[in-house]
Amino acid sequence: MSRLEIHLWGALRPLAGGASSIFIEAQTIRELFRKMGEQYPGMEPHLRRGVAVSISGKVFRDQLDTPLPPDQEIYLLPRVPGG
Amino acid sequence: MSVHVKTTINGDQVEFVCGADEPLLDVLRNRLGLTGAKEGCGTGDCGACSVILDGRLVCSCLVLGAEMDGRSVETIEGMADGAKLHPLQQQFIDNAALQCGVCTPGFLMAAQALLRKNPDPTEEDIRFGLAGNLCRCTGYDKIVRAVQAAAKEMRG
Amino acid sequence: MTMNPDLVDKTYKVIGTRVRRPDGVDKVTGRARYGADASAPGQLVGLVLRSPHAHAVIKKIDISKAEKLKGVKAVITSADFPDHTNGDRGLRDILENCMARKKALYDGHAVAAVAAVDARTAREALKLIKVDYQILPHVTEVDDAFKANAPLLHDDIFTDGITPTPTKSSNFVKQAEYGHGDIDAGFREADVIIEKSYKTEQTHQGYIEPHSCLASVSPDGMAEMWVCTQGHFVYRNQCAAILGMDANKLRVTSSEIGGGFGGKTHIWAEPLALALSRKANRPVKLTMTRDEVFRATGPTSSTSIDVKIGAKKDGTITAAFAELRYHGGAFPGNWAEFGAMTGFACYDLKNVKTVSKDCVVNRPKTAAYRAPSTPQVCFAVESTVDEVARAIGMNPVDFRIKNAAKEGTKSSYGPVYGPIGIGPTLEAAKNHPHMKAPLAKDTGRGMACGFWFNFGGQTCVDMNVTPDGNVTVAVGTIDVGGSRASLALVVAEELGVPYDAVRVVVADTSTLGHNDMTDGSRGTFSSSMAAVFATRNAIKTLRERAAKTWEIPLDEVVWEDGAARAVGAQHGNRAPLTLKEIAAAAPGSGGPIAGHAEIVADNAGVSFATHICDAHVDKETGKTTITRYTVIQDAGKAMHPAYVEGQYQGGAAQGIGWALNEEYIYGANGRLQNAGFLDYRIPVCSDLPMIDTQILEIPNPHHPYGVRGVGETSIVPPLAAVANAVTNAAGVHMNHVPMSPPRILKAIKALKA
Repeated sequence: MSRLEIHLWGALRPLAGGASSIFIEAQTIRELFRKMGEQYPGMEPHLRRGVAVSISGKVFRDQLDTPLPPDQEIYLLPRVPGG
Repeated sequence: MSVHVKTTINGDQVEFVCGADEPLLDVLRNRLGLTGAKEGCGTGDCGACSVILDGRLVCSCLVLGAEMDGRSVETIEGMADGAKLHPLQQQFIDNAALQCGVCTPGFLMAAQALLRKNPDPTEEDIRFGLAGNLCRCTGYDKIVRAVQAAAKEMRG
Repeated sequence: MTMNPDLVDKTYKVIGTRVRRPDGVDKVTGRARYGADASAPGQLVGLVLRSPHAHAVIKKIDISKAEKLKGVKAVITSADFPDHTNGDRGLRDILENCMARKKALYDGHAVAAVAAVDARTAREALKLIKVDYQILPHVTEVDDAFKANAPLLHDDIFTDGITPTPTKSSNFVKQAEYGHGDIDAGFREADVIIEKSYKTEQTHQGYIEPHSCLASVSPDGMAEMWVCTQGHFVYRNQCAAILGMDANKLRVTSSEIGGGFGGKTHIWAEPLALALSRKANRPVKLTMTRDEVFRATGPTSSTSIDVKIGAKKDGTITAAFAELRYHGGAFPGNWAEFGAMTGFACYDLKNVKTVSKDCVVNRPKTAAYRAPSTPQVCFAVESTVDEVARAIGMNPVDFRIKNAAKEGTKSSYGPVYGPIGIGPTLEAAKNHPHMKAPLAKDTGRGMACGFWFNFGGQTCVDMNVTPDGNVTVAVGTIDVGGSRASLALVVAEELGVPYDAVRVVVADTSTLGHNDMTDGSRGTFSSSMAAVFATRNAIKTLRERAAKTWEIPLDEVVWEDGAARAVGAQHGNRAPLTLKEIAAAAPGSGGPIAGHAEIVADNAGVSFATHICDAHVDKETGKTTITRYTVIQDAGKAMHPAYVEGQYQGGAAQGIGWALNEEYIYGANGRLQNAGFLDYRIPVCSDLPMIDTQILEIPNPHHPYGVRGVGETSIVPPLAAVANAVTNAAGVHMNHVPMSPPRILKAIKALKA
């Protein structure tokens, strides 16, 4: 399994000791969120409130089974409301 | 105090009893089941409750039911001729002049009153003729076009 | 026959035609039923008592006299809403906003409600409720809320996003940062730096239909609610959670909706109507007045924004910075943060940083308004962008084209963009005849571009074939602007039948799975995706039935033009089986024919628009008149072009109103001074010109028909487009919207002095 670089948005960085990205082995968004919660318990409230995942610019908000390909940019974002 | 009123609505004789302080809009909607006129504000600012009273466009929230005795009211429910839509109604549909549609009955009443007075209005005439009616969805563009198309059709 | 959304078909038979909408006749004849148009036997009238104070402790509420009034059937206060929120802060805020608990937090905050046999009795009852308030100091201005001595709304807000977390509570809810690169280094490289501060006032969505619902709770716990909403499933879930009910017991039916624009994504008085009905054992109809809509539903944030942009003489932006201060009304929100994400999203920036600061003030709870938080920051950024272009002597279109984001750009909010449409909208603007048209005296031309995230979300569609071979489709997304027509087009296209053979209805919450709201420009995007998949599932069944009838293998049956056709050499002469024939034979071939899809329509793709505005400024009065306006936006694929144009025009009109007239005005007493359409002036027909539109169709690769959400982006650029036009018309730089005549006049006078 590949170690992915996960880019964090601003609010998550203090919870990772100020790092702008973390490295986690995960194949899907679900696995990523589970391991984030385990390794960075401070991120739990954010994960509960909802985190969107940008995979090379495509934003996934709900589909936790979405695979995380190793060679693409993975960026976490807050969920945005709409009007 | 209640008032007994005999009036004409969309050509039909109608009788009702209403409170002395009851707006025509409430009479239409709550007592007569004519819910086509909408209450958007209750203060005469939005035109969603527009009806034609003795040939004159009014906000039905600003006139009293008690004043209707012996008078004649036209509402959106009487605009079509049976199954045949009025040209304004048809042009509103064909020109996509409505989105949510809640202001539409008021606009149709206002447009009806305008075209009776001025069958060949300019764009400016239409814009000022409809300035008492608020629409929040369309930006008015397609409403103006629908009225222009209906006016042309009605002039024949 | 794939369920893969990343497959774009490009040739269409009915998609893209301007068909008549199925709800058209009902809406032009007054038959369409909106929130306030329903009645139930024995219904009562519900009314709400609201705080006249911006900030006050509710010491005691005496409802005894009101309860004794003849004709009053129920009186409720927060005591009738035990807290079932179970640690969910968001839900608790909704509960507290629906009915004040210990404190009234804004002018208009509900404190009690009554249900009575008629409106007169209910009004009388409200007067008999005695509320003992202890008035507290209040704060309504966003910049004041951050001050150290500001009146404190909540004692449990400790600024999030600051390390270490403060130990003292404040109105400062949250700080967040976005961006990349080194802005200090970037500004050092700049030949020109423009730094300015901006303010925008609070606006309301201004939908013409006030909120209304008809609630009926039976003694056995079964409940029904008829309501105008952008999301009846969400209303059901939230009302049930607040009232401690099982969601399945509450069946919510959505009325026709008289406008929403984000304001009907939130529950306001609906739980009160349900609680009144539960207590009175009668149906209760609760309709807000316009005054209540303004005072007690969810307008936007008012904002205060600083922007700094640096560029080289060749037109390259070297650094961009913004600090955004927004409020969530009386409750915490992330509104500034969304602005921080979207503010510079149109540009390809090496060094960019945005800092958001969210706060609470004594105003109603902020709700989404069409591309929420973005028009405000776009006003600040795009006004500054124009000034930078002017300072380096470059045409504003060329300056934007030079700096526009493109595929591979690292966006200001983080991720790298895939293929995006900002460039094409700018090129289209540059080449548009509007750009070259001559200008009249005292008239200026402005432009601006804008960005919005669209999204998809949970969506569920049922498609059923009737025994006579027609089609009904049940969807769970509210139709706010003609989506039933668009969805019928999709199903007709997929199935190969005429548009008229498909009827689309919005199902109630008991007859379809959960659907997210119609927000985030998702209604048509996501429901059309689900409708395509549901139809493809039904087509598989139709092929199976044909295969059974013909006694041939399934893979020798294809579906084309509304009929099953046998393929292969041995079936050459077999007549096709039409939808009608298969439907008629359904009882003997396996029963009813239907297709379903339950999906998450993720990956909606971002949206960009460019607007061009001509504005005439009367220098004597300060009045601005928009003389020409053009909207250019990518729709992916315009399924019903007239309704796409309608979204563009409507968003532009709302933005023009925001730019020129609309604002909440609070008095020193913390009370809203203009809670009505007379004094909160939205654009009327005579205020606006025709609004030209140019629909670009760059297929969205993540939708089976290439569709992109179109509902929201059109409200983003107008504030800045109008401001830039005003600058070019009158030479004044307006840093405060609305640019009402007094503000413009003041700026003109200051310029002369």
